[in-house]
Amino acid sequence: MLSLIVQRLLIGVVTVFAVSLIIFICTQWLPGDAAEIRLGQSATEANKAALRAELGLDKPLAVQYMNWATNFLQGDLGKSLAGDRSISESIGDRYQSTVTVSVLTAAIGIPLSLFLGIMAAMFPSTLYDRILTFVSVSLVAVPDFFTATLMVLIFVFAWDAVFGFQLANVVVIGNTQDMGVFELVGHYALPIATLCFVIASQVIRMTRAAVLNVMSSPYIEMAILKGVPRKRIILRHALLNAIGPIVNVIALNLAYLVSGVVVIEVYFAYNGLATFMVQGVQQRDFILVQSIGMLFCATYVILMLIADIASIVSNPRLRHPK
Amino acid sequence: MSDFTTDKKAGHGEHYVRPFESEEIAFEELQDAAPSARFKLSVSGWIGAIIVSFWVFIGVFGPFLAPYHENDLPFPDDYSEYQAPKEGAFLGTDVEDRDVMSRIMYGAGRTIGIAFAGTVLAYFLGVVLGIGAAVAGPWVDMIVSRINDAFISLPTIMLGLVVVTAVGSSIPVLIVTAGLIYMTIVYRLARAIGMEIMVMDYVEAAKVRGEGIWWIVTKEIWPNAAMPLISDFGLRLIYVILFISSLSFLGMGVQPPQADWGLMVRENLGAFQTYGASLLPVVAPALAIATLTVGINLIVDDISAHAGGKLTKAM
Repeated sequence: MLSLIVQRLLIGVVTVFAVSLIIFICTQWLPGDAAEIRLGQSATEANKAALRAELGLDKPLAVQYMNWATNFLQGDLGKSLAGDRSISESIGDRYQSTVTVSVLTAAIGIPLSLFLGIMAAMFPSTLYDRILTFVSVSLVAVPDFFTATLMVLIFVFAWDAVFGFQLANVVVIGNTQDMGVFELVGHYALPIATLCFVIASQVIRMTRAAVLNVMSSPYIEMAILKGVPRKRIILRHALLNAIGPIVNVIALNLAYLVSGVVVIEVYFAYNGLATFMVQGVQQRDFILVQSIGMLFCATYVILMLIADIASIVSNPRLRHPK
Repeated sequence: MSDFTTDKKAGHGEHYVRPFESEEIAFEELQDAAPSARFKLSVSGWIGAIIVSFWVFIGVFGPFLAPYHENDLPFPDDYSEYQAPKEGAFLGTDVEDRDVMSRIMYGAGRTIGIAFAGTVLAYFLGVVLGIGAAVAGPWVDMIVSRINDAFISLPTIMLGLVVVTAVGSSIPVLIVTAGLIYMTIVYRLARAIGMEIMVMDYVEAAKVRGEGIWWIVTKEIWPNAAMPLISDFGLRLIYVILFISSLSFLGMGVQPPQADWGLMVRENLGAFQTYGASLLPVVAPALAIATLTVGINLIVDDISAHAGGKLTKAM
């Protein structure tokens, strides 16, 4: 088992390395270079050349890559091109709001959707199961901003019409310091509700499919023939073997919560990491783009690694490969 | 099991593959023919087909049928943003007092056209590379697959933003970007299917017979890989529609003043905070995309059930 885990770790490292190369090369593509952006268009050639030399941009690409990669590994993300602030510093508060929303969404959405998915698998083909399946399949296919619009219509406008006050703000702004957990949930109510729906639709579907898939295997049939009650069969026998795919889809959704939520951030106008990266792209601040891109990629790889290891540990057949 | 017939003598070459029938039987009986059974839509499939045909019709003829040009003002004498629906503008007006219905009709063709062209491109590249990797042997396969994995681990929207910013946004750029990004996923699917077919007895037999690589690809692999790949097409189309409209929503897709559904949602978000504003300029385009993608999804469900439910598992 240990060798398997080491193997997965190595694959993870190789992927991160490949991605860092891709990100580095892709961002070289962005028009304009650091010196031009820093100094503006009126700068003389000599000034630009001096700054390029200072930033190390006159060296060959391979050397630039090595410098960037070693600095990154040491936790030095470099300086943003837009100002002289270091990137780690300016990422700080963005990171906080992204992490807050992701963690709260995960804490509310994942247990809820696991519960709903297992319930659907316990009572397949009932009305409950059909409605749940239809809603979750439809939600997977609609854009995030449609779900967000739905949330606004329900919690802001319909709520206002019925109860006479708005449950939440459409625009999420304001200082979140010294807020308790419940205040934070209230503050980010709409983004959290939207994201819960988005990830729930996938987790519910996968949980249901994974449990039902195991339910058709012979050892479950044996348990049914022995007369084990259905609830016990699912909770004790089926669920453990269905953990692999479920953990996998949870990891994918967590990665989405960190990197893919840019549409939600823009919709509700709060500043997270993803919006920061989009701004970086628009301002051609490629050092910022590289750093955040690497953070996203590392998050993805680490989450997938955890999912892989969890499924290896939970499944004896994967633990002892032939 | 009796209506599970492949008896070609019995009549018009008609044979059924019943959905959810065990795969082994299906493969056993149809060893070297693609499963080309006649396929019928269910009720929900028909609903999906009607919705999608409606939007395709609007996409093609919308600009000719629309009451106004996409940037015309229906009420030039009475300029005010977010007007409620009334005679002359059935869905009200947007942030710049343009007719929402006309803009949706103009945007339909752009949204559907770009996504469709992008998906076709993704399929062309993905299938060629994927089946190529399956045929070319372990070394090529490993190199191409690792590069592919690296690209898949990047968030699609971010990758799209970087590419579009680097080259500048225009409709051809959007099509190529969507094609290249979604190629990675088609590649993985095509490669997996190709690998599965490469170890089949009939491919072995063809090799032993001394057939060339081109013959094996076109006559043995392609007919058997086509059906599952085509069933996946609709699903991929949904994701590309979502991708393109998200890019437009972020202001990096279709550029204003042209109309696009994703862009319309973004332009009109201010309606939520304007007192007495009509919410239709946000709700209508968002609903348009949602009905289109859910409609495609209803058809896809039917097709993948027909293909033996194998695809839904592979997703």
